[in-house]
Amino acid sequence: MSDFVDALALQIPRLRRYARALTHDASWADDLVQDTLERALRRRWLFRINSNLAAWLFTILYRLYLNDSTRRRALSVVSDEDAPEAVAPGDIGLQLDMRRVLDKLSLEHRAVVVLIGLEQLSYQEAAEVLDIPIGTVMSRLARAREQLRKLLSDAPLPYSAAGEPTAHLTRIK
Amino acid sequence: MSAPIGEIDLHAYVDGQLDASRRAEVDAYLVISPEAFSTVQALRAQNQALHSQYDAVMNEPIPLRLANILRPWHRPSAMAAGLVWLACGLAAGWFAHTLMPIAPAPAAFAQKALAAHVLYATEKRHPVEVTADQEAHLVAWLSKRLDAPVRAPDLREQGFSLLGGRLLPGEGDASPLAQLMYEAANGERLTLIVKRAAQQPETGFKVMERNGNSVFYWIDRDYGYALSGNIGKSRLLNVAQSVEAQLHR
Repeated sequence: MSDFVDALALQIPRLRRYARALTHDASWADDLVQDTLERALRRRWLFRINSNLAAWLFTILYRLYLNDSTRRRALSVVSDEDAPEAVAPGDIGLQLDMRRVLDKLSLEHRAVVVLIGLEQLSYQEAAEVLDIPIGTVMSRLARAREQLRKLLSDAPLPYSAAGEPTAHLTRIK
Repeated sequence: MSAPIGEIDLHAYVDGQLDASRRAEVDAYLVISPEAFSTVQALRAQNQALHSQYDAVMNEPIPLRLANILRPWHRPSAMAAGLVWLACGLAAGWFAHTLMPIAPAPAAFAQKALAAHVLYATEKRHPVEVTADQEAHLVAWLSKRLDAPVRAPDLREQGFSLLGGRLLPGEGDASPLAQLMYEAANGERLTLIVKRAAQQPETGFKVMERNGNSVFYWIDRDYGYALSGNIGKSRLLNVAQSVEAQLHR
């Protein structure tokens, strides 16, 4: 029991990063982490020893996040206060823009990018967290990254998600 | 005869999801396809941008409200666990071995004050967020965040000068806590926690001790106070009385 609690404690920094990247809202993110920890403690017998604790916690947190998002939309309390400020085109750093453009993705697209690009889960683990087939993870990931790329640079990936991978449909602006 | 390299392969390549043989095929392909190469570079840049945007969150101090969730679950003897907690910078873990059943609120407040004292008073480089040379700013800032006027008592007569202060997360939805830190010429440090405690019954001085540190705590006119230090109970009481006298005015 105590081992499990220690293992949970060590995951807190990573859970906070994950939640922050999903929500872009520090207090909402910590609410999600708090609910996740409480739920993990209550349901600890559901956790399979030797499986990936982080992935299990990410699953719990993602579901809470989806529920919260639905509720927040219904109550229309989604905080739009820090609306994207005007950004000078061109010479602004990619990382400065990442937060802004990630906000423009759908919840599903943002989650797949965060789980794989930031949290470095395997496609199989991400499929379990998101509860979708692994093929869907791959196509969703490609679409999400293409969208990020467009938003960041207004230029499509040379390998466009829109085209057949082998067809070399290169759209150069 | 292997399948042609497609977009999905490039993503999987960047994400480390390919087996060794497919990976080698992509490696070879990148040499001959500038388009594929620039796609891989763009994907890597995206992942790097995510890290540079969010990795800093992992180095933030963990809010006490999160640390507190796990605290009651520790066994009384889990000293090793206590070390893990400290390593994580979790102030509340200091009390992992006390295992109090649902503590009454004032005692929980005193525990939290002591934990925060232990965590920050030993901090050499960043003991406070705002230093005392900006005292007006410090007091205004803390007052604004607590949504109530906060004053920093003058403890120079007791040999302690104001070092500065910081904000700590409150419990649940409660407003945050203000922590003021004082230092003596010999390096001894005291911390005073101030919280809003509207509609809570006033109390006299109570004391709690842990590992050589003591905390005096009391509630007075809608504020809760906790003065922590490692200077012996009688000296600390002397300071606490001065704090109480100054702030009660």
